Amino acid sequence: MRNGTEPIILGAATLLAVLGAAFAQDELFRAHAWVLVAVLAATTIVLMRRVEFAPAGQTLPPKDTSGYMDDVIRFGAVATLFWGIVGFLVGVVIAAQLAWPWLNIEPWFNFGRLRPLHTSAVIFAFGGNALLCTSFYVVQRTCRARLFGGNLAWFVFWGYQLFIVMAATGYLLGVTQSKEYAEPEWYVDLWLTVVWVAYLIVYLGTIVRRKEPHIYVANWFYLSFIITVAMLHLVNNAAVPVSFLGVKSYSAFSGVQDALTQWWYGHNAVGFFLTAGFLGMMYYFVPKQANRPVYSYRLSIIHFWALIFLYIWAGPHHLHYTALPDWAQTLGMVFSIMLWMPSWGGMINGLMTLQGAWDKLRTDPVLRMMVMSLAFYGMSTFEGPMMSIKSVNSLSHYTDWTIGHVHSGALGWNGMVTFGALYYLVPKLWNRERLYSLQLVNWHLWLATLGIVIYAAVMWVAGITQGLMWREYDDQGFLVNSFVETVSAIHPEYVMRTVGGLLYLGGAFVMAYNIWRTIRGDVRQEKAMGGAAAVPAAAPAQ
Amino acid sequence: MDYSTFRQFADSWGLLYMFLLFIGVIAFIFRPGSKKVSEELAQIPLKEDAEDV
Amino acid sequence: MSFLEKHGKIERNVSLLFVFSLVAVLIGGIVEIAPLFYVKNTIEKVEGMRPYTPLELAGRDIYIREGCYVCHSQMIRPFRDEVERYGHYSLAAESMYDHPFQWGSKRTGPDLARVGGRYSDEWHVQHMINPQSVVPESIMPSYAFLASADLAKSNIAAHLKANKMVGVPYTEAMIENALADLEAQANPDADTSGLEERYAKISIRDFDGNPAKVTEMDALVAYLQMLGTLVDLKAYQQNENLR
Repeated sequence: MRNGTEPIILGAATLLAVLGAAFAQDELFRAHAWVLVAVLAATTIVLMRRVEFAPAGQTLPPKDTSGYMDDVIRFGAVATLFWGIVGFLVGVVIAAQLAWPWLNIEPWFNFGRLRPLHTSAVIFAFGGNALLCTSFYVVQRTCRARLFGGNLAWFVFWGYQLFIVMAATGYLLGVTQSKEYAEPEWYVDLWLTVVWVAYLIVYLGTIVRRKEPHIYVANWFYLSFIITVAMLHLVNNAAVPVSFLGVKSYSAFSGVQDALTQWWYGHNAVGFFLTAGFLGMMYYFVPKQANRPVYSYRLSIIHFWALIFLYIWAGPHHLHYTALPDWAQTLGMVFSIMLWMPSWGGMINGLMTLQGAWDKLRTDPVLRMMVMSLAFYGMSTFEGPMMSIKSVNSLSHYTDWTIGHVHSGALGWNGMVTFGALYYLVPKLWNRERLYSLQLVNWHLWLATLGIVIYAAVMWVAGITQGLMWREYDDQGFLVNSFVETVSAIHPEYVMRTVGGLLYLGGAFVMAYNIWRTIRGDVRQEKAMGGAAAVPAAAPAQ
Repeated sequence: MDYSTFRQFADSWGLLYMFLLFIGVIAFIFRPGSKKVSEELAQIPLKEDAEDV
Repeated sequence: MSFLEKHGKIERNVSLLFVFSLVAVLIGGIVEIAPLFYVKNTIEKVEGMRPYTPLELAGRDIYIREGCYVCHSQMIRPFRDEVERYGHYSLAAESMYDHPFQWGSKRTGPDLARVGGRYSDEWHVQHMINPQSVVPESIMPSYAFLASADLAKSNIAAHLKANKMVGVPYTEAMIENALADLEAQANPDADTSGLEERYAKISIRDFDGNPAKVTEMDALVAYLQMLGTLVDLKAYQQNENLR
């Protein structure tokens, strides 16, 4: 018998979940446990259909475990795309809710519950799956070794999807501990810890049994992302549950300590999840797509140590002028400004990799996408240090400027570099000659770019408008605007922001179509890009 | 423990430590002979995706 | 392969890489966070802070559940416009019993750190049921369902106990009487002498205007109406000038 253990374990887990629902201490836990039962039961049935029995008196031939383990990466690539579209779609919905509040459907689809769904779907579901599948790909190729741990990589993948489903359904039900980007409650956090330890084991194990004597720098970035996220997750989610069969827990820290712990976590979710991990992606896929070695390997080493050392200090800039002691605020500001240097060092290292191959930008929209992502990385890592300066922050904090800033980073840098990596990966993984259509990649690139530019620009205007209106005084020394006047003043920007998001989402649908056709093995007949056109790239070439 | 104790330490030994660490890292990375090695390492991803695992 | 011997060990030894990068990321966090637990003056000495009453705590949990923190901060910065708009700037001491903190990061709606007592209970209830009926330009979602939802209260004592475990000074009497205190605070006809003794500056009334039952609206309004009302800011400001 083969594949027999997994359905048994899952069946037992389903039973435990049923017991959890039966003895739940509160209604939310009961509802959430039933969600878990449904997911586990469905998975059990799927797995039972995969059980194989050997004919009497014979044994099944052993499974082929030579070569790279790419099945899990294929699943990861599809999951990345799927969750990306979910995350962008929810983003468009909540953007529209802010422009037209009647779109809120209480209680499950109110803005307050959908917003964490959006941020988690984009950061952890889309970004997390991108990191999982690319890290598994990169570590195998640069180590010349098969993934360590056999089916452990599958456990990491499906365990992570379960985490996403439980977190997402929890938000809609109202299960949250209110720490931004760490909203899932204690039991979901515990599950993620298990999955994350398995991830670390697979990753470290693969590196340990590498055939290449050296560890390529991309793996350093991935590894530090895994380690640091583990540390941040464990500390920031320290909490005491009210009951072992209830959703609610109370944070181990309070007030000012809790605030700094949270933003130490929150900023380094950006620094390590969305930066270090994605830089690992950049250090592999940009050289591959350009077919040139990275501009300066030594710069990449400085980049690595400076980035991970400096990033961890930057959290307090989220708490300027609050009740956090001044010394911590100043420390956070100074390190945030210093962070500008390694960030731009890394960006330059990525861009200069194209040195001597700039002409490829005319013919290769995938490379164009990666370069665009580095441009947005440079832009948002300049804007970030600037906004961490206390006097700038006094205006920008609490406004939409911050929202615009994170979106130029998330949509521009994380989104684009992920799209670039997927466009590189999919033909490789499915053994296709090339992508279905490069023209569609170009359409995706410009739809996404236009979307981000609109989004970031209008949020910048909205943020500064609102920030200035809040502090506007008249001749007699009275505040000019009531709060709600500053809300209605930025309604046009909120509408435009929704349009920007729609464009970005549209680009993602174009990508999904292109990837689907590529996986099917179709190749679109189209003219090569660049060609005779002197200056392409300004508009989608026909 | 109060603020000024921490502050004095940070302004003296802390600063010195950070400075030396920074110099040390730069010096180590740009030490003579590292250029050739690093150029070798940069080639790792570009070697063929051989299925020789 | 002579270059291999010359090359730095870190680049070949995964354990060293693991340890060095862990150390690099530990330093910043330790230097910034650990002192907050030890350095005096991080939290001001103030008069009036007390733990939340059971009803307020339940209301706070609803505030968290609905993601109010996503759009409302509870942290007034020491700027002229903020102090004039919202009241005295927030003190660290005012959130010392907040597990977790609710300072927020975005003001899609106004700051709520001192919203307590600013509006009537009726205003809050109407505003929750239909925000646009009291503020036509508001973009806040409706929370009408809170008015009809029974407040889940049977294990409120366990909530107090969990808070006590993480350092909130709930007394044995507070935990023992948690359920009775919760019901009494929303019922002006109940015997509330014990409740008032345990919790200073407490408001006792039927917050949602529906005496038939204790709803989630009762709890949320009770919480909103006490925000920023505990600390004696006059006494704090006098001491502040003595330094």
